[in-house]
Parts: sequence; C-alpha cells; structure tokens
Amino acid sequence: MAAFTSVTRRQFIKLTGMGGSALILGFAAPWACAKNSQVDLEDAVFEPNAWVKITSDDTITVYMPRSEMGQKVWTALPMILADELEADWSKVKVTQGHLNAEYGNQTTGGSKSVRTNYDALRKAGATTREMLITAAANTWGVAPEECRAERNQIIHTPTGKKLSYGDLVPATTDVPVPDNAPLKDPRDFKIIGRSFKSIDTAFKVDGSLDFGWDRQETNMRTVVISRCPVFSGKVATHDAAGALSLEGVEKVLEVPAGIAVIARDTWSAIQGRRQLKIEWDPGDNAKLDSKAISAELHKNLDSPKETLRQDGNPDAAIRKANQVYKATFEVPYLDHAPMEPMNCTVFIHDKVCEVWAPTQNPGAAFRAAQEITGFDDAQIHIYTDRMGGGFGRRLQADFVADAVAVAQQVNAPVKVIRTRDEDIQHGFYRPASVHRVAGALGKYGFPTVWTHRVSGPVPWHGLYTGGAAELAYDIPNQRIDYAAAEIPVPVGAWRSVAHTQTAFVNECWIDELAEHAGMDPVEYRRKLLKHHPRHLGVLNLVAEKSGWGKPLPTGHAQGVAVHFSYYSWAAVVAEVSLDARSNLKIHRMDCAVDCGTVINPDGVAAQVEGGVTLALTAALYGEISLKNGRVQQSNFHNYRLLTMSEAPVIHTHIVKSTEKPTGIGEPPVPPTPPALANAIARLTGKRIYRLPIPQPLV
Amino acid sequence: MAQIKFKVNGKRTSVQVDPDTPLLWVLRDHLQLTGTKYSCGMGLCGCCTVHLDGQATRSCITPISAVSGKTVTTIEGLGKDGLHPLQKAWIDDDVPQCGYCQPGQIMTAAELLAEHPNPTDPEIDAAMDGVLCRCGTYQRIRNAIHKAAKEL
Repeated sequence: MAAFTSVTRRQFIKLTGMGGSALILGFAAPWACAKNSQVDLEDAVFEPNAWVKITSDDTITVYMPRSEMGQKVWTALPMILADELEADWSKVKVTQGHLNAEYGNQTTGGSKSVRTNYDALRKAGATTREMLITAAANTWGVAPEECRAERNQIIHTPTGKKLSYGDLVPATTDVPVPDNAPLKDPRDFKIIGRSFKSIDTAFKVDGSLDFGWDRQETNMRTVVISRCPVFSGKVATHDAAGALSLEGVEKVLEVPAGIAVIARDTWSAIQGRRQLKIEWDPGDNAKLDSKAISAELHKNLDSPKETLRQDGNPDAAIRKANQVYKATFEVPYLDHAPMEPMNCTVFIHDKVCEVWAPTQNPGAAFRAAQEITGFDDAQIHIYTDRMGGGFGRRLQADFVADAVAVAQQVNAPVKVIRTRDEDIQHGFYRPASVHRVAGALGKYGFPTVWTHRVSGPVPWHGLYTGGAAELAYDIPNQRIDYAAAEIPVPVGAWRSVAHTQTAFVNECWIDELAEHAGMDPVEYRRKLLKHHPRHLGVLNLVAEKSGWGKPLPTGHAQGVAVHFSYYSWAAVVAEVSLDARSNLKIHRMDCAVDCGTVINPDGVAAQVEGGVTLALTAALYGEISLKNGRVQQSNFHNYRLLTMSEAPVIHTHIVKSTEKPTGIGEPPVPPTPPALANAIARLTGKRIYRLPIPQPLV
Repeated sequence: MAQIKFKVNGKRTSVQVDPDTPLLWVLRDHLQLTGTKYSCGMGLCGCCTVHLDGQATRSCITPISAVSGKTVTTIEGLGKDGLHPLQKAWIDDDVPQCGYCQPGQIMTAAELLAEHPNPTDPEIDAAMDGVLCRCGTYQRIRNAIHKAAKEL
C-alpha cells in the first residue's frame, strides 16, 4: 500500500541538495527555469521538479506543500501527479513540503488545493514521465516514440523490454527537462476519477500518526497560558508563588497573551495555572454582551454602507407591488472547535527560530515569528505539523505567536498548548450577522424584486456578505447591500465563510416566496434558474435521488436548498420528522455536488459527509454568546457537537463532469442549514429565521 | 508523588507521579503513548478513551492512583496479532478524516464488540454517542463497526 513519511526542512534541503547536484524547479512555473535535471548517482535520486522524487528502490515520493487536516488532500493531489506519471499507486509515498518559497502560496483554505494545483501537478507528472521515457530510450538506443510508460515501468513496445522507474534513475542524469510534455487525454485517466483510500489511514487507526499535540522534542517543556477572559484584557497583577511551589513547574512568565506556566509535563502546567493568582485589567471590552451586539446589528440595518449589487429598480418595484413580504434573519457567532485544540512548538537557539505548527497557513506562522523575533528570513524555519481538524481556525497565527513569545524567554523547546476552554473562549469566530430581506411576486408568482441588506460586526464585509450578491435567481429588480459595525469580537473564516450566512438567508427566503406563490420549492427554483445549467444539474440530481415529490412516511417532510460557492455547485435535501416531544429527528440528507472533474469520488463523499455534519451541528447547536465581555461557552457540554445517534445518513451524489476540478471542502456546508430549516417549515408551518434552531420545535 | 505500578499493553510499568495525575498525561508524557488524545479534559468527548481492565474508560478524568495494579490497553496495544478487526474495517471503509478522535472511537467500539459481538444500530448509538467527531465520520464508523462484527 501507499505510505507517507515526514521529513524536516533540514532533511528536505539535505535530500534535495545532495552532492549539490539535484535539481528543484520552481513550483508556480516549474518549467520556466528548465535545464538539465541532475541525479546524485551515489544515492540514486531523480528529482525533476519540486513535486516529486524517484529513488532507486522504485519509490515515488510526492511533496505536499498544502496542509492535511482531514480533507484528504494528501491523497487527491498525489493522485493527479501519479496518473500523468503512470505510477504504480502502491509505490507512491507522500511527505510534507514545509514552508518554502519554491511552492508559492501554501495557505490551505478556500477549497482550493485541487483547483489551483491541478494543472501544475499534471504537468509535473507528465514531464517526469517523458523524462523517464527518454532515459529508457537512451539506454536501449531506441526512439522514445517506441516506448511507453505503464505502472512504474517504461516498456519498449516493439520488443517488450522493460525498465522500472527505480532502475532508470541513474539514466536520467543527462535528460533535458522537456518544455511541453503532452498531457494525457482525460479518457485515458487510470487514477483520476477512481475512488482511492486515503494514503495515511493506516497511521490514523493505530495511534502512530503524530499531530501537533504529539510533538516531542528533546528537553521540551510544556506550557499553558492563563488568558484574560475578556478580549484584549491585560494582566494587572499576578502572584506565581503557588504555581512555582509545584514540583513540575519551572517558571512563570508574563507574555503578551497573559501569564505562562512553563512545566516539565502537561499536568504540572495545568495544575500550575490553577494556582496562579491574577488580577485582570479587562479593558474596554468588559461589557460586550450578545443581546447588545444583536441590538446594534439590528439598529445598524438602517445605516447601509455600500451597495454590492443593483439590478433594475428595486424601490419602484416594491412601490408597485400589491403585497411586499419582509423578514429579518439572524445568525450567531460560531467557534470552529476542532478536536485538537490549538498548539505550537517553538525552539529558539543559535540565532534560529524553529516553529512546528499544525497550521493551515505556514506563511502567517512565518510572519508572526518574524514580527516577534525580528529574525531574517533564513533564521526562521516553519515546519507544518498534522492537524486534528482546522475548519479555518488554523488560518490564524495567534497560537504561533504565543509559542514564539514564550520561546524567547525559555532556553529549550516549548510546546504551548490550549485546553478546551481556552480554545473555545479565545477563538476567531464566524461573525454574527443580521439580514433584512424583502420581496414581491409578479402575476405568475415569481419574484419581481429581491432586496437583502446584511448587517455585520466588522468592516471586512467579505466575512458576512460573500454569496449574497451572487444570487443566481432570475429576478429583474435586486439590491444587495450591507452595513458594517465595529464590534471588538475576534472574527475569522469558518468553513465556507460568509456563505454560511448568506445561503441560509437566500435559500430560506426563496423557499418562503415559493410558499407565498403556492408552488413546489424545487419547481419554483427550477423556473428561476433556467439560465444556470449547473445549478439545475445539482438541483435536479438531488431531487431525483432524494425522492422529492414522492410519498414520504407519515409525519416526514423534506426541504431543499441550492448554492454556489468556491466554484462548485451543491444542492441539499433534508428529510425530517418530530418525535412525541416535538424533538427534531433528521432521517436523511442528500447532497448533490458539481465540482467539475472529480479526482477521488470517495474523498468527495467524505467531504460532503463532513460538510453536512458540521453544518447540521451549527444549525442545531452552534452559538457563541457573550456576557460581561466573556464567552459563555467553555466545552462540549455547552458548545455541543452532533453525536452518533443524531447523525443522519448522508447520501452523496456527484454530477458527472469533464470541466476543471473545483472546490469540495466547503460547498456542501452552505445549503445544509437552509435545507433543514425549509424541511422544518414544511413540517410545522413555522419558518426558521434564527440559528441555532430552537428545540423542542413546537 | 507516588510510585504507581500497572500494566500497559501487556507490559509491567511503574511511574513516579502525583497520584492525582490523570492517566491520559501519564500515558502521553511519561510513557510516550501519544495515540491517546486530549480534547476536552472533562470526560465529554471520548478522544482519550482507553481500556482499564477491559472497560472503556475516559483517561482524562481517571487519576493514576485508580489505575494502580490494573491493566491498561491503549490504541497502540489494541491489536493482539496485527490489527484488530475494527482497525481493518476502519481502513477498509476509509473512516478517518483528520483522525484525531479515531483512537477513542475505535477503543469505544472495541468494548462494544466485546460485549455485543453483533451490535444493533441502537446498541451502536448507545455505546458511541459520547465519542465526538467534528469531521463527520459517524456513518462510516457505524458501517465499519457492522463490518468488523461480521469478521469477528
């Protein structure tokens, strides 16, 4: 089976720089600096570009510059290269490509790993394949055209002679890098489009896969920080005597984030923190309160800042309408709560700052380390560790900054960890937002006008407006605008970002308008999407596969939603009922996706299952609230996750496509809460305007 | 500080620690068995589940003093001869996404199968409900448990 290894950047440099002769080509334009590839004969390594290395044992190692956090990109990306390379998948290994300018942007987010690396990976695989063909042809003294690549071998077609890729490594020394290696006809793909198991699953079932939390460095100290429960609050005074009296506690330090306890082991650090006596200066945010925030966001609706889209004349259309429908939607702050809380290990020594970060954003980790240490680029090494979930939380570098600041004061490697309460209470939350919508219907029941004003808590409106102005429905008069408050709650990207808010509003509202029109919600959408074939593709597929319109068991109802995000289309149908106590039961979820060419269908299904589950958790339970400046939630008893018994069966349906591959990590999330809310509305007759959905329902 | 003796994955071991130290930190920090994970520290999520004398136990809220003289099995020691049927089924169905909660899921499921070799869905719900997964692997976990039950 395929396997993976992990090498440090030092090893990476050593390997790729062996004998000063191995060649690495640039990542973004790997062909721009093409010259003769070189091979270290002693170690027999063929490394024609930054992506791949072939060794004499016939192993193909693919370097993965993106971070793996469960989205299976460590499998999907190597599959693309391996297909063009005609690789034997069982001989493919993956290793983390650490922060390296050769790779360009290494941020893992926006569902873009496959979309943005597809062409480069195909080229890298094809180029490597053509070089191996040339090497074999040279060895045999035959024309390259008489040779073909197949399962890690070059075969001389007329004679049937074969050489393995590993055998050919020494012969690649003088082979020039071709400029335009031909790409395969997609009809000849052998790996792309077939379901492959994740390359690293075996290491996830026996405890051998190390995450950031599992990092052990020689002489390492474990550190926890006591933080002011109010955002931006500071330490007024502290007394460390109690903590320092514990045997395992070595030091107590003041750092920008609070008071850090440096200990020989985790339990001592946690116990030491409990013994700290700290008086906080909570600063200006001590009165932050969810009710006040909600009131401010509502009030702010009357002070629009910028129009994002205007079609026709929405004001005139509303004036002309016999009946105008209006509603206000509201969603709360959300925390990411990955199962592995934030952590980072840093060692500053010999004028070098080494950072081991489970991060989606090694570039931000680098910048954080540089800002704190003032070191030159070459003095900072960022190694990407495995993540126990990310969902956007690990795009931030606050946890890296914490560890660098501690490491500056400790003469040993430090692993700075967060306990669950810290992790939930010091997040970068999906922003709360309030949405005011209005619409009116024409004589055939279709909307003549649609207005949507979003009120969000920070000036950076992309965090709550994205997807609002890209409404696909064919409505002649539209205005989408927003108002921005400045509420000092830290916010950030949460899996599918603003689409979590705008799809909820768009899809609940169009569903309500369909109800006012007395039309079937799927049929209504079909009519309004007739110029959007790929929206229709997912809508029709999910309607067919979920049995939309067919008789349901007594007491069951379905709801639908469709949304475009991250260059992909997704439609969801939820089927629900109520138990005797009016508690919601979700029976099944169907999700149809069109993400262009599919690399790994089972990987797509996993992302759909994951996205739908995360979104259901948010719809049913997700809410971060504030009182007296403090986040009220602290652990999984009051920030609940969906459990096994609540989790519905999720069916994934993939639209067949030969278009370019697009995102899949995020697109299943946005249509899920509105599909659920619309199912509940059909079941109970009551529309859902606020998340999380209150339970019991009646 | 106290000397605590117990068995881990078939081997006798002894640690010199504060007797209140949770088993989780003894496994991870003192015995370098890092397959057992921290996530909530309050027995709410099940990531830290190990077997204590065969019973699925939350190691984050189990003081090491309560482990004295007992037998602990962690994810590293679950498979007696190679992989446990659950681990094989997990690989077969490609259950994990990030993988962080999976040791706790598998250890909990192993106790379930020991008690109910052919569990029904409600039995799976009852046993697995407290083991949280943020990535959304529940339906694959359920399928893999059924698959492993057939192999047993």
